[in-house]
Amino acid sequence: MEYLAGEYDVIVIGTGHAGCEAALAAARMGCKTLVLTLNMENVAFMPCNPAVGGPAKGHLVREIDALGGEMGINTDETNIQVRMLNTGKGPAVHALRAQADKKLYQARMKKVLENQERLDLKQALVERLLVKGESVEGVVTRTGAVFKARAVVITTGTFLRGRIIIGDVSYSGGPNGQAPSLGLAESLKEIGLELGRFKTGTPPRVNRRSIDFSKMIIQPGDEKPHNFSFMSRKRYREQIPCWLTYTSEETHKIIRENLHRSPLYSGMIEGIGPRYCPSIEDKVVRFADKPNHQIFLEPEGRDTEEMYVQGFSTSLPEDVQIKMLRTIPGLERVEMMRTGYAIEYDYLPPTQLKLSLETKKIKGLFSAGQLNGTSGYEEAAAQGIIAGINAALYVRDREPLILKRSDAYIGVLIDDLVTKGTNEPYRIMTSRAEYRLLLRQDNADLRLTQMGRSVGLVDDERYRVFEQKSRLIEQEKNRLAETSVAPLEEVQNFLLSKGSSEIKQHTLLIDLLKRPEISYADLRRLMGDFPDLPEEVAEQVEVQVKYEGYIKRQLEQVERFKKLENKKIPEWIVYDEIKGLSTEARQKLNKLRPLSVGQASRISGVSPADISILLVYMEQKRREAPEEA
Amino acid sequence: MVDDTIAAISTPIGAAGIGIVRVSGRQAIPIVEKIFRSLKKRKLADARNYSLLYGHIVDLEGRVIDEVLVSVMRGPHSFTAEDVVEINCHGGVVAVRKTLETVFRAGARPAEPGEFSKRAFLNGRLDLAQAESVMDLINAKTEKSLKVAVNQLEGKLSVEIKKIRAELLELLAHIEAGIDFPEHDIEEVSRSQIEQKTRDILGKIDALIDSAGTGKVFREGLRTVIVGKPNVGKSSLLNALLKEKRAIVTDIPGTTRDVIEEIVSIRGIPLKLVDTAGIRETEDLVEKIGVQKTKEVFEEADLVLFMIDASTGITEDDRDIFRLVKGKRNLVIVNKTDIRRDIDISDMEKYVEKEDVIETSLLHGRGLDKLEARIEELVYSGLAAGQEELLVTNIRHKNALEKARRSVEGVLKALDAHLPTDCMAIDLKEAYDSLGEITGETVSEDLIDQIFSRFCIGK
Repeated sequence: MEYLAGEYDVIVIGTGHAGCEAALAAARMGCKTLVLTLNMENVAFMPCNPAVGGPAKGHLVREIDALGGEMGINTDETNIQVRMLNTGKGPAVHALRAQADKKLYQARMKKVLENQERLDLKQALVERLLVKGESVEGVVTRTGAVFKARAVVITTGTFLRGRIIIGDVSYSGGPNGQAPSLGLAESLKEIGLELGRFKTGTPPRVNRRSIDFSKMIIQPGDEKPHNFSFMSRKRYREQIPCWLTYTSEETHKIIRENLHRSPLYSGMIEGIGPRYCPSIEDKVVRFADKPNHQIFLEPEGRDTEEMYVQGFSTSLPEDVQIKMLRTIPGLERVEMMRTGYAIEYDYLPPTQLKLSLETKKIKGLFSAGQLNGTSGYEEAAAQGIIAGINAALYVRDREPLILKRSDAYIGVLIDDLVTKGTNEPYRIMTSRAEYRLLLRQDNADLRLTQMGRSVGLVDDERYRVFEQKSRLIEQEKNRLAETSVAPLEEVQNFLLSKGSSEIKQHTLLIDLLKRPEISYADLRRLMGDFPDLPEEVAEQVEVQVKYEGYIKRQLEQVERFKKLENKKIPEWIVYDEIKGLSTEARQKLNKLRPLSVGQASRISGVSPADISILLVYMEQKRREAPEEA
Repeated sequence: MVDDTIAAISTPIGAAGIGIVRVSGRQAIPIVEKIFRSLKKRKLADARNYSLLYGHIVDLEGRVIDEVLVSVMRGPHSFTAEDVVEINCHGGVVAVRKTLETVFRAGARPAEPGEFSKRAFLNGRLDLAQAESVMDLINAKTEKSLKVAVNQLEGKLSVEIKKIRAELLELLAHIEAGIDFPEHDIEEVSRSQIEQKTRDILGKIDALIDSAGTGKVFREGLRTVIVGKPNVGKSSLLNALLKEKRAIVTDIPGTTRDVIEEIVSIRGIPLKLVDTAGIRETEDLVEKIGVQKTKEVFEEADLVLFMIDASTGITEDDRDIFRLVKGKRNLVIVNKTDIRRDIDISDMEKYVEKEDVIETSLLHGRGLDKLEARIEELVYSGLAAGQEELLVTNIRHKNALEKARRSVEGVLKALDAHLPTDCMAIDLKEAYDSLGEITGETVSEDLIDQIFSRFCIGK
């Protein structure tokens, strides 16, 4: 018996990292929002490693934060260790990474959802989507509750027809012992969406008390931990170390002897797994000459003895897993608490989506997160906030927020997914970004907070902080460009002591700062009377001045890129009508229906000549019907 | 893309006479200004629309390339509705090509097939009825250039470019893997390793640029062989090319030296003339041609000057020789046309282009001009045999190589300035993409594939 249980502006299905951001974004933008979870205990759950951030992923977290999302603050409030990685490799690839306390992370996020104005959090299994004509209307739960809404965001992760595989054992299920979702997959197919199948995996968890850390190398956090959020001011926290050890020859021997029992090699797994997250058996086979592989032991939280065995993802049978673990130095007497497993699940090939993350087929239906073929909490959250924002804008009949590849890693991520699709679970990487020197983690707020403000997600306090920071940066850059230093002996000595060359005449501070060997802190030491600026402002000034040449170059590239990006392709375009397009280009364009000429040019199989013909055709059409267009 | 400035030769390239280099785009006037010296010291920027300015095109080092007339047409009153500058060159093929190259160096980029027309249409200069023909034009020209590209790609150039790209990718992937997976035990590339590899790559790019177009010909000379039956006039040709009467071979055929080489300069192009003693006045011609030494000479030849005697018509001897040389780049020289002109060379015509048949009367010094002009044209259009093999004949390719070179130099500069590796990655990636323009491969997935296949990465 179905009954009308409520009417909303936006419904979000799922409370993983995508669902949480989507629901919060929609509610904070003023929409009456419902978020449904399969299990109230699993809000913002981390089914895999207890870490947030790292190269490109940390960039995503900063960007989510800059737009007004929750992941950054939530990580800052609950982490147990923080490290800034890549510090020696250039400002664009500095990457913040935090070890999370899984339980705390969940608890705090749940509390934020519960206390958010206009947001209802309910436990329910969605069986079916309600679709009328070409538009979504709401959802129906297993218990017959009908919730209506103009926009629905699906963020069901790996739950759709999930199947767990451990060696020769396999059963239907979601991650970490939860129930899978079966009905919704059918419902998606019924409304005409295609589904594909992916695979991923997770390593075993072990009891800290059974580990001999004296045989491992300690991995402490940074002495001065950074925060993800531009709003966090927290500086000190008690940190818990991780530990490094290595597999041994014995480990590899056991793996080789048991390969025939691996579902990957027996053909039991059909889904495609990610290359960057290979199982240990995969590593041993593919890199046979490597005598050992590194293994990190990472605490799952402050109040638990469970430790995550990073680098040891496996779907070998349980008995083999235990045997393998005990060949690793420090784990000779280890007790396994949870068994590693592989999970196969349905995903929605993302080429069926628009850049707004709305499905091309059904109006008002959005999709975000692992369901779209990605992997990673950060990738999920990044799509979640965009889907939430665009669901809210859709309800208001406003234009969607689309971040360009030159705006943010989020833009790179979504454009890659929607334009190119993916044939393995997609992970963001800094090498995927063309304009990496512009998309730094230190300037995410300068890139995105204004956009977050325009759509109504950035609150007054965040906006005030942002404005003040921008102002201070400009002031300080101007000051450095106006202040000069004379070629006095003490100045020359200072320069020489830094391995720099002497100056011949009065020299502007900004020009000194451009020298690779002179830092902002050096200038402060040299001059003495420097303004007392927040660290992040000084950092920003330094990066902007020092890398000006490269930044300028990338800005020029972006200008060229934007020209094609801003050339919109009208929705009514009929590719079959365009003579001269290559057959492959025609098929791809018909299938993907890119929004702009720039997007079209990134589709594989669409050549520059095809683009030229498309431009001429568009101009032809525009002139034929100048009034209506 | 729509905003940058493009250039191309807008007239079919003929052997002599006028050729026009057309430059179109926002920077057209400033770009040509950089390389144009008006005789009356006038500035292009001040020139009236459609007026002609007389002066010289000079290269960026200030050397004069050609005497030219330049006209300025400002948008929207031009063919493309953008600022257009047309350079009318007078010095023949060579000058036109050199001028175009100089325009590229000054900041324009090569026009895509049909791009002038495309711009004209997009900017409203052509009417709707012409849209279809613009699309056809893009198509036809693209197909043609693709064909050329494919031919070239099957050759050595693509092999070389792919090698360099593979090296760039390897270095880049190593750097990037370290950046994207900092905590995996990937051995970091040291700065000295980066420097060494980068210098190595730079050397290889340089070698390719050197070979571009005329590079090798000018360095090593165009290996040219004169063949023909006895008494056809080979010595006369040789001497005419040497421009002095002197015996360059011994009197006794095939006895003292097997091969004689002489270098002569034809319109500035060094021709390495190879005479084969073996094919000189002997009785048993074909047998002699079969000897190993002679074969080698043919194999190495970039150009064969095959002489026929118009007074005797085509004989069996001629056919025998032609069979041996028809695979090479041939110029057929029909000599002694003062005696008789109407000889039938139809058996050879299917192997030889019309422009490659040259009538001469060496005794009266006639036809030599045409021969020299044709040789010059072959060299500058990259059609001489040695050039096909040696790679870069296409100005677009050369441009791409030079772009790649600048990027690779950027890496060395960054190393020098102690900049971090992610700055170098930008340049490496640019170099990789520039070279990819030549082979048509710029998909960035290469990098990711390389990272995952080479490094053991994962959690």
